Amino acid sequence: MAAISREEVAHLARLSRLAVTEQELDRFAGQLDVILQSVARVGEVAAEDIPPTSHSVPLTNVYRDDVPTPSLTQDEALSGAPDAFEGRFRVPRILDEED
Amino acid sequence: MTYDEILTKYEPVIGLETHVELGTRTKMFCGCKTDFGAEPNTQVCPVCLALPGALPVANRAGIEATIRIGLALNCDIAEWCRMARKNYFYPDMPKNFQTSQYDEPLCTDGYVDVTVNGTEYRIGIERVHLEEDTGKTLHVGGATGRIHGATESLVDYNRAGIPLVEIVTKPVPGLGALAPEIAKAYVAELRDIVRSLGVSDVRMEQGSMRCDVNTSLNLPGEEWGTRTETKNVNSLRSVERAVRSEIIRQAAILDDGGKIFQETRHFQETTGDTRPGRSKETATDYRYFPEPDLVPIAPDPAWVASLRESLPEKPSVKRARLREDWGISEVDMQSVTNAGAVELIEETIAAGASPAGARKWWMGELARRANELDVDLAEVGATPAQVAALQKLVDAGKLNDKLARQVLEGVVAGEGDPADVMAARGLEVVNDTGALTKAVDDAIAANPEIAAKIRDGKVAAAGALVGAVMKTTRGQADAKAVRELLLERLGVS
Repeated sequence: MAAISREEVAHLARLSRLAVTEQELDRFAGQLDVILQSVARVGEVAAEDIPPTSHSVPLTNVYRDDVPTPSLTQDEALSGAPDAFEGRFRVPRILDEED
Repeated sequence: MTYDEILTKYEPVIGLETHVELGTRTKMFCGCKTDFGAEPNTQVCPVCLALPGALPVANRAGIEATIRIGLALNCDIAEWCRMARKNYFYPDMPKNFQTSQYDEPLCTDGYVDVTVNGTEYRIGIERVHLEEDTGKTLHVGGATGRIHGATESLVDYNRAGIPLVEIVTKPVPGLGALAPEIAKAYVAELRDIVRSLGVSDVRMEQGSMRCDVNTSLNLPGEEWGTRTETKNVNSLRSVERAVRSEIIRQAAILDDGGKIFQETRHFQETTGDTRPGRSKETATDYRYFPEPDLVPIAPDPAWVASLRESLPEKPSVKRARLREDWGISEVDMQSVTNAGAVELIEETIAAGASPAGARKWWMGELARRANELDVDLAEVGATPAQVAALQKLVDAGKLNDKLARQVLEGVVAGEGDPADVMAARGLEVVNDTGALTKAVDDAIAANPEIAAKIRDGKVAAAGALVGAVMKTTRGQADAKAVRELLLERLGVS
């Protein structure tokens, strides 16, 4: 039984805005399945007393003080932008996300 | 069906999600400033622009403010929790995700008590969590400025990364016809609580406090109906109007045998109704997961206890104290609260006005004007200092009630402080006895027959001459003084 279906891969591709061809769907579904099955094996050995780990370092409460540090200039901020207009990043219109 | 008829048939359930932008000096995960109104993209850095390799570090002040809000809302504070990534593709966040909290909010399970028409209602708080604000998108190229028809979007990331606290209520059933008013009272109470903490300026019109309203209807005894979420509700008045119009809209559909779809709707300030927004058919899938770049938050219980101890006076307690000081009834204090006038009156008194004088202007002339303009009282265009100055001019006898109203009208219209408006419009009470005597004598000379009647003892006829004097002085004389002077000049006093 595959850990991930072809439909799920297509759904993820759509959420990630990736144009994936039919052949790629088959290939990625197979590859992702191998990865997921490998990760699933960890679950087989993890006992009840081992909580899921999200961070590899045992640290909590790392904060900074509320003190301003220098920002980039507008020119610097926009220097890597593919397009800009009047100090703002210019991007293609986005459909179906907002009224 | 009228609104009242609807509420005899259906029961509404409401829920509110309120976003409060914190007033920290810097953003939540980087040291960029948070000043309002800065030039676009001048308060940005590699972290909030999501440049490769940049790593976030949490702002202690943002964590503290969130915990304080949670405590003030009677919440439990998590002993350990994590930030989460909310993944989505939209250019208002350059990271393609928003740093937020998912199943481990910092604060849970609290409540807020609000009083409407003398009855107290408890609104349960589901959660209070910390996240970051998004950038501002400007849609251009279309005729309407909305995204439909727009050809491109312009983005300013100054706001991206400013700490945002989301406060979510539990669903509130059983409010009946009062649901819209109670929703408004809750948001007002929340605003007052957050303001008392000093963690945000909570100005709805500037967007530092924003509200989404969930509404559903069901028949008595049946399961709760499908809810809609109304966004874009950006004033206290709008909260009430949004709930009311959504109740009316849904009732009409249900009565017609129709179905309510779970959807996001947008509140229209101009018409007071809601319009459909994004369809939930393409169900959002945010693929939340714990933020690997930020370590867990584990507030020290001693710190939380000290924050709890140092909470300020509750707004409800403060109101009781002010009511006593001002010497007004519970009902009057309720109207003052509902009108959003507590702080305004308090500040007006602090600026030198009497409690009665301060309350008179805010609850009378200015409340009426705010209603006409369809704005919150605080946005009507007059400041507490201006109202106090106006009252002082009245107390000093320089303005009578009628003139004071005209001066206030000028203040609201942006003509300056009361003294400026008075000077510019020439509205001072005529106290100059010489000028007044001349006006009285002129009136007597111009109306010899009436003057003769008064001399013969028909004092009631004096009204016509007083009127004539008031006319020539353009209402700037004190009518009582005119009458006395008139009778004196005619030798009948």
